[in-house]
Amino acid sequence: MRCLRMLVRILVLLYLAGAPALAQTLCQPNASNGYRVRISIKTALGNQAYEWNENEMFLFRATMAFAMRRYYKTETYNVDNIIVCNQTRRVSFWFVVISPENPTMLIPKADVEKAVSMSRHRINNAFLLTDRTLEFLGIYPTLAEPVNPDTPPWLIVFGVVIGAVFAGIIALLVSSLLQKRRKEKGMMEDGQDEEDRQMKGVENGINLDGIYNRGFTDDDRFTKL
Amino acid sequence: MPEEGMEDNKEGEERPKWNNKAEYLLTCIGFAVGLGNVWRFPYLCQIYGGGAFLIPYLIALVFQGLPLLYLELAIGQRLRMGSIGVWNSISPYLGGVGVASMLVSFCVSLFYNTIVAWVLWYLFNSFQEPLPWSQCPLNHNNTGYVEECVESTPVNYFWYRQTLNITPNMETSGSLQWWLVVSLATAWSIVYICFVRGIKTIGKAVYVTATFPYLVLTIFLVRALTLPGAYEGLIYLFTPDWEILKNPQVWLDAATQIFFSLSVAFGGLISFSSYNSQKNNCEKDAVLVGVINSATSIYASIPIFAILGFKAHTNYVTCLNGNILALTNEFDISDMNITVENYEQWFDSLNGTHPSRVSDLKLKTCDLQTFLDQSASGTGLAFIVFTEAVISMPGSQVWAVLFFIMLFSLGLSSMFGNLEGILTPLHDLKLVPKWMPNELFTAIICLLLFLMALIFCLGSGNYWLEIFNSYVGSVPFLIIAFFEIIAVAYIYGIGRFSDDLEFMTGHRPNIFWKVCWLVISPLMLFVVLVAYVAVQAQTPPTYAAWNPDYVNFPNTEVLPYPDWVFAICVLLSSVPVISIPLVAIYRLICCMSGRHSKDSLHNNPNPYANEDYVVELLL
Repeated sequence: MRCLRMLVRILVLLYLAGAPALAQTLCQPNASNGYRVRISIKTALGNQAYEWNENEMFLFRATMAFAMRRYYKTETYNVDNIIVCNQTRRVSFWFVVISPENPTMLIPKADVEKAVSMSRHRINNAFLLTDRTLEFLGIYPTLAEPVNPDTPPWLIVFGVVIGAVFAGIIALLVSSLLQKRRKEKGMMEDGQDEEDRQMKGVENGINLDGIYNRGFTDDDRFTKL
Repeated sequence: MPEEGMEDNKEGEERPKWNNKAEYLLTCIGFAVGLGNVWRFPYLCQIYGGGAFLIPYLIALVFQGLPLLYLELAIGQRLRMGSIGVWNSISPYLGGVGVASMLVSFCVSLFYNTIVAWVLWYLFNSFQEPLPWSQCPLNHNNTGYVEECVESTPVNYFWYRQTLNITPNMETSGSLQWWLVVSLATAWSIVYICFVRGIKTIGKAVYVTATFPYLVLTIFLVRALTLPGAYEGLIYLFTPDWEILKNPQVWLDAATQIFFSLSVAFGGLISFSSYNSQKNNCEKDAVLVGVINSATSIYASIPIFAILGFKAHTNYVTCLNGNILALTNEFDISDMNITVENYEQWFDSLNGTHPSRVSDLKLKTCDLQTFLDQSASGTGLAFIVFTEAVISMPGSQVWAVLFFIMLFSLGLSSMFGNLEGILTPLHDLKLVPKWMPNELFTAIICLLLFLMALIFCLGSGNYWLEIFNSYVGSVPFLIIAFFEIIAVAYIYGIGRFSDDLEFMTGHRPNIFWKVCWLVISPLMLFVVLVAYVAVQAQTPPTYAAWNPDYVNFPNTEVLPYPDWVFAICVLLSSVPVISIPLVAIYRLICCMSGRHSKDSLHNNPNPYANEDYVVELLL
């Protein structure tokens, strides 16, 4: 009996010791169910760049666990389910997700992709990065939906301009018409009085008393003494 | 005579007058300073060795541009009529020169206002965030970007597809693009509102349209000089290459540029100066307008090239950054360890240690000089190159709006002269029915021009516009100007002309002007005309088509003109100027049958131009 219990304890100990090692072998570069992540902090934040260290890696694993929880709508995923390996100074690394029920089973690539796509915005914001500076190689960011307003903005500007122009045209035409009517009225009123017309002719700027005789404009040239 | 007098004053009005001298000068300057000053001259400066180009340019200005300008302003002011009336007065046999001027102005108005419509379209689209030409639109199922846009650039895509919706060749006409029709209608409406009361409204409009471009150019100058890469652009522009002066093409281009830039032979300048009082010093006006026009060209090229230098610099940095990213990702180097400054050292060390991996990356060669060499002129400069530069500037919308309003002012003030070259001769020919008010007549002409310009709103419209620009806007003007100067210097007589000038300005023209009018300018014009036609005849008639299915897309496909199109090109060049010999022959025939002398008395009550004697002498 005691031998059996010892054996079970040794097996359990071995299992507990070996699990991380087993997990480590699950995560490899170019793993079939793993993704490579590439992070460019200095490009994104410039002077305010933070350093990538173990704490940041912890945050990454926690964020990935959050993404898996959100996708599957369960609360079983934990930081331990996200295995990371092959970190370079770029900063880039590989990660795989293991199932919480069965530590030897990896979550398929397609599911991980969907989980990441669903929470991409949250993952980016956790690190103050963007789709371009926090890259999941193989997972393409969904293209931002361009803002499509109901009326194209250029049509609005056009409407304002053409409205102003037409208003101006109508105003000018109407004022020309009114001016002409006023002139005609002025002409009709003193049509009876010849002398009045001579005086009024000059006033209105219209030469009513004869023809503008160009032949006499240049007289002063010849009468210089 | 009394009946004639009544006919003259059918509305009881004398000839309209300018409100003040400033309005007249601003109108002439606005007419001369146009889109070509901004997008043709800097390009010529660049390809013809920078500072060295100024030498043939200024020589052409002094010996060809200024004499022609002075001549046109003087005869308009003296004879107080539009182009047709003026040439009829000088010699009835050369009345065709006026008709040719009017026809050419008509054709130019058609396509020039279409360019203004394109500027308006871009202006309307500049009030958006982000600018529509800064990014590619998504395709139908939102999986990626539109392929045509990805293969070329967003700027090219916006111009060729979303603005012009251009067809792959000239045979396919495509349909009317409604947004272009709308922009064209706006352009013509704005032209009409400025013309409603003739020069009264034009005179007010030019206070804005003639001065605003200078304000914008100054703002751009200040902004551009603070951008990175501006210095390289300016050095590139102004570094003189004296060897280029040995190339005759440079002299030809300088002469044609100054000629087309000053807008002579349109008839518009004659019309504008005909509204002056006769006692006006047109010599000073001519020199002022000519000098300001050239100074504007030179002044405009500075911010343009500073911005082009900035664009080249931006492209160069983008190219380098692409390479840096590729190297960083391949060799897992720490982020931002390779920078633009130490790129060369990193590249050399990596290439030394891992040459095969580096060559597999297929890095692009980034050379600032290549980017600077990417020059453009005309619509390519404004709508492709400049819009691309504007995207990279902080506050892009403001700069885009300012730039397009400036182009709009430049185009609008030139349109005033173009349209004036059509309206005034028609008025002077008394072709306007008595009952029709001026406003209605102007409206009819604008509507007619708008309807005819709709061909430029088709899918193939841009190709047609290039044809009009090359064939109407070139050789006919040279021919008309040549006949103008011959008519005044030899047929009217330089002695009589000098008397007129003495009457108007107070002193006789000095020896420089006389020599120019008699010998130098006609000779230069003739040489330029012959050389231009010879060069045109040698270049095969081809055009650059935007074809997304082309093998080498995004390069444009060079296609030859179809035969029927080429026939139209020849017609466009020859029909306007055919009126010169036609009218001469017609007058000769009438003259033989003895009806001519009565006509001239009736049409021209100007007591100073007594061409009865001319007719009799010739008989």
